[in-house]
Amino acid sequence: MLPPPAAPAAPVDARNPDALVEVDHVVFGYEGSPRIILDDVSMDFGRGKVTAILGGSGSGKTTLLRLIGGVHALRSGSIRFDGEPVDRADPERLFAIRRRLGMLFQFGALFTDLTVFENVAFPLREHTDFGESMIRDIVLMKLNAVGLRGAAPLRIAEISGGMARRVALARAMALDPELLLYDEPFTGLDPISLAVAANLIRTLNDTTGATTILVSHDVEECFRICDYAYLMSSKGKVLARGRPEQLVESQDPMVRQFIRGEADGPVPFHYPARPLAEELGVRA
Amino acid sequence: MTNLVTRLGAATLEVLRVLGHHAALFAALLRACGTVIRRPYLVVAQVHAIGNLSVLIIVASGLAVGFVLALQLYYTLVRYGATDSLGLIVNLSLTRELGPVIAALLFAGRAGTSLTAEIGLMKAGEQLAALDMMALDPVERILAPRFLGGIIAMPVLAILFSTVGILAAYVLAVLLIGVDAGNFWSIMHSGVDAWRDVGNGLVKSFVFGLICTFVALYQGYEAEPTPKGVSEATTRGVVVASLATLIMDFVMTAIMFSTPGG
Repeated sequence: MLPPPAAPAAPVDARNPDALVEVDHVVFGYEGSPRIILDDVSMDFGRGKVTAILGGSGSGKTTLLRLIGGVHALRSGSIRFDGEPVDRADPERLFAIRRRLGMLFQFGALFTDLTVFENVAFPLREHTDFGESMIRDIVLMKLNAVGLRGAAPLRIAEISGGMARRVALARAMALDPELLLYDEPFTGLDPISLAVAANLIRTLNDTTGATTILVSHDVEECFRICDYAYLMSSKGKVLARGRPEQLVESQDPMVRQFIRGEADGPVPFHYPARPLAEELGVRA
Repeated sequence: MTNLVTRLGAATLEVLRVLGHHAALFAALLRACGTVIRRPYLVVAQVHAIGNLSVLIIVASGLAVGFVLALQLYYTLVRYGATDSLGLIVNLSLTRELGPVIAALLFAGRAGTSLTAEIGLMKAGEQLAALDMMALDPVERILAPRFLGGIIAMPVLAILFSTVGILAAYVLAVLLIGVDAGNFWSIMHSGVDAWRDVGNGLVKSFVFGLICTFVALYQGYEAEPTPKGVSEATTRGVVVASLATLIMDFVMTAIMFSTPGG
């Protein structure tokens, strides 16, 4: 069971056995920088569910995704994967956790010196002892799932951005991970590619039984495919959480502004500045 | 005064930070080399990428240096009737100094820039982050094979450079100018010590290969992941590697050839 919906957000205090990933009172800022990116963030990600993390640019969504992968050390709080702490101080356990997850980077992060086939085969060659014919079969099946079996021999420079995202998706699921992390999978895609990507994410989640965490600022597509969503504020806090239909009906002005895409509101359109007349030296 | 102390303190901390990063990466590379040796095909691919693809510029430069060196020496030695020593001087110049040093400078310019740009662009394109998320250590999978490839390739390139230079000097001095071929080879043969001259030259080129490859990899790995950051790192890599090579050459020459007989 997912945590009960509530808006504005309430912290997650107790361990949730239904959650594959638990983010507990996390505070994060980059080393040497006084700026806090994530401020007391608590979230649960239910097993087998598609959970979206929504928020504007700079709200710390991507950072949170990386923290779940153990890329940076936390200032305080904890993150647990299947009950085990994601801790950079224990590289062996961290790498064991990472073998159970797959991540789709915003721009694919494909290896540009390899072909489409070799990119998808890469994690299989590195982490398994499968023979060449087994690897070939798995790679072709994964590429078939994303509709790119025919593109297997192409070089990365020869495929479009949307195709690259799908190849990256095939690579991310090559080892059948328990957790799939998607960083802005819809950015820069044309309408057809966008719909294809969204449907793929949902279908893969349902057919493999994996848990999906989706970071995006595309409200419409996310709400169409997710089971649950968190909304982050520009100050790195959880603003609201709930099922898509609950967030749509939220009366919170900030939630309403983000979901409806209004230019001005509680989140101001202008970056803090002196009044325009004063800046231009004219009398108002 | 306070400002000066603050700036001095900040500069000292920055130097220590950079040195610490160098030491940490070097230690990580040494650790990773132990694992990479068990996957030799990764190293072989890098020896090809770093070494074979540098052969053309090494051969061309070796030819040019050999010709010029022989010509300049001939003009000077002929005044003292000592042209028979030309082969010996060319050999000693190339095997002790010019071979290792010029090959290293060319290596920093050709292979080093390529390594820095490749690693920097992999970082900018999040390929290193992707490896990390796949539970693969980028230092072990990407940097260490290149490090070993560079260390293996450099001495071979230096030998090639010196060999081509000596042959070029032979062509110019003996075949074109008419210096006696027997003297050219026999005086060279008796005056060159295999270990003291050729061996020390090889040790130098091994050290230069380590320096140039490490600097190139470090600059790429620590590059700011932007077009400007990668281009600056590439330039910085060549400058640092070249200066480090020249300084280390002086130090090693002072140590290796400090005793009489050289």
